[in-house]
Amino acid sequence: MGPQINPLTVAEVAGQESSRDEIVIQVNDLHKVYDLGETQVHALRGVSLAIRRGEFVSIMGASGSGKSTFMNILGCLDKPTSGQYLLEGADVSGLEKKQLAGIRNRKIGFVFQGFNLLARTTALENTELPTLYSRIDKAERHRRAVEALTMVGLGDRINHFPSQLSGGQQQRVAIARALVNRPSILLADEPTGNLDSRTSVEVMEIVQSLNDKGLTIVLVTHEHDIAQFTKRSIVFRDGKIRRDEAIFNRANAADVLKTMPVLED
Amino acid sequence: MDLLSTLRMALRALARNKLRSTLTMLGIIIGVGAVIAMVGIGQGADQTVQRQIANLGSNLLFVSSGSTNFGGIRLGWGATKTLVREDITAMLKECPAVSAAAPGTQTSSQVVYENDNWGTRITGTTPEYFDIRTWPFMSGAAFTDDDVDTAANVAVIGDTVRKNLFATTEAVGKTIRIGNLPFIVVGVLVAKGQSPAMSEDQDDAIIIPLTTLQKKITGQPWLRFVMVSARSRSASYAAQQQIEALLRDRHRIRPEQADDFTVRNLADMADLASEASKVMTGLLASIAGVSLLVGGIGIMNIMLVSVTERTREIGVRLAVGATEGDVQRQFLIEAIVMSLIGGAVGIVVGVGASLLIAATAEWPILISGPAIGGAVAVAMAIGIFFGYYPAQKAARLNPIEALRYE
Repeated sequence: MGPQINPLTVAEVAGQESSRDEIVIQVNDLHKVYDLGETQVHALRGVSLAIRRGEFVSIMGASGSGKSTFMNILGCLDKPTSGQYLLEGADVSGLEKKQLAGIRNRKIGFVFQGFNLLARTTALENTELPTLYSRIDKAERHRRAVEALTMVGLGDRINHFPSQLSGGQQQRVAIARALVNRPSILLADEPTGNLDSRTSVEVMEIVQSLNDKGLTIVLVTHEHDIAQFTKRSIVFRDGKIRRDEAIFNRANAADVLKTMPVLED
Repeated sequence: MDLLSTLRMALRALARNKLRSTLTMLGIIIGVGAVIAMVGIGQGADQTVQRQIANLGSNLLFVSSGSTNFGGIRLGWGATKTLVREDITAMLKECPAVSAAAPGTQTSSQVVYENDNWGTRITGTTPEYFDIRTWPFMSGAAFTDDDVDTAANVAVIGDTVRKNLFATTEAVGKTIRIGNLPFIVVGVLVAKGQSPAMSEDQDDAIIIPLTTLQKKITGQPWLRFVMVSARSRSASYAAQQQIEALLRDRHRIRPEQADDFTVRNLADMADLASEASKVMTGLLASIAGVSLLVGGIGIMNIMLVSVTERTREIGVRLAVGATEGDVQRQFLIEAIVMSLIGGAVGIVVGVGASLLIAATAEWPILISGPAIGGAVAVAMAIGIFFGYYPAQKAARLNPIEALRYE
């Protein structure tokens, strides 16, 4: 059985009223050099890219291709050595640490491979975590967290601890956490890397549905099957974009799920 | 993030690892408890000594004949014959800070009652002596001025003498022999215990009229000492000066000559003792303070472990928008909460230990408000001081590396 997804309006998920054609992410000639003392490692060697609102982009590439570095810069966890990064039109490449934290808090939702939920903390409180760092009152925090959990189909498990949830459910809590502050983009770093294939598709079903509601999503994966669920595939190699193409025969996770055998938990 | 949420988060983080948090707090608990108990013991000791000194007599000054250095007072006893009863009359008249004075002279003698005998000190004085020394009677009463005028053979005995001569029988009205002279016991004094000033048993004494001792036993008309009561404790220094000036004048001592008497002031001794017990209290408190320091290091140690353990959590928090300041505050408040809870429990333990010592050792323990306040302040300071470095370490983590930390 697939997760129950609560139909919410596009505006609510995306949090914005803007048009679909608006460019959310614009990077121009991005370079990143790690100075390791004697040697210098060029992780990014000039990456330029634009992602519009509502896009669903997969980023693939071997390790060392620069995709992780690129994601870290997109997520405002790292700063480029040179080049420009415009997030919703605003240049964020030169911001201070504290301002970057604010951007991460309000505009970016992270989903990690390892879920990274806080142990012995309920799904609700895990989901509330980003709101703790926003100026949101307690009632609103609670309301938003419940809403986000409902959106990923866990409205009935808000008081469960991570240890009481399956891997797929834990990843859904992580997605709810990423959504709670109504970000401009969702960055998912190998979100299915720790999951079995059926659960992976279940998670992708949710991610697809969020994208259907207008959320811009950038997803790093090394599985072609997973990339097939996205709308645009970008391949990194040696710090550069090697390929950037639309996916025509896009897979629908809900349909794929129907063809898969149901495994007992 | 607001303080309340941070506080809640800190409590939750500590609750997640109850055993470890408790053990960490134990250092602070023992430290704070020890400080409170030690200060309590020190102040209790001070109070005891002060009480014992007050027990010697009210605002007492002790004038003895003969000049000698402080502490070696007995050496000079009786060396001069210049201190006489007229000096007392003058003292009462001319020294405004003096409220009462009793002359005294002393000898030792064997005392016999029926088949028992006991060697003790015999003091000759006037009835004022008992008031000056605030020494009440267990039974009977003091001899009178008439007894002094007539050199009557009456005696007041101390509790140690009573025990040795009479055991359980009533002493008042019985006749004892001092040397070869019969004395009627007219009063028995309440036990006063050991004298802290002269380190002798104050109750091992027989007190008889001054004149009786002078005329019938020693044959010496001069005095060995005068017990003086000042009007108040603060007046005792003035009384000392007035007495010194008066006696130098009366004894015609020229400016370049040394006194032929010594005045000891019990307020002086009390201050001295107070000083000593303050030093002791300080010493005890600093030893206890060391354990508080060790407790603080324990907190730092555990916080460092905690930061390492929770690296991924820190990474997540930073990723979802916590600033360095948020993370630093979180860990700092955890450390402070830990030390404050430890401090609070430490107060309970310290007060409890003080009460226990007070009850079992029969030693008065003063539970001091400043010590408690100070302990809490120190606990808080320890939390801040020893929490700062781990908190900063947490805040400085690189979120990318923290998220990948295994």
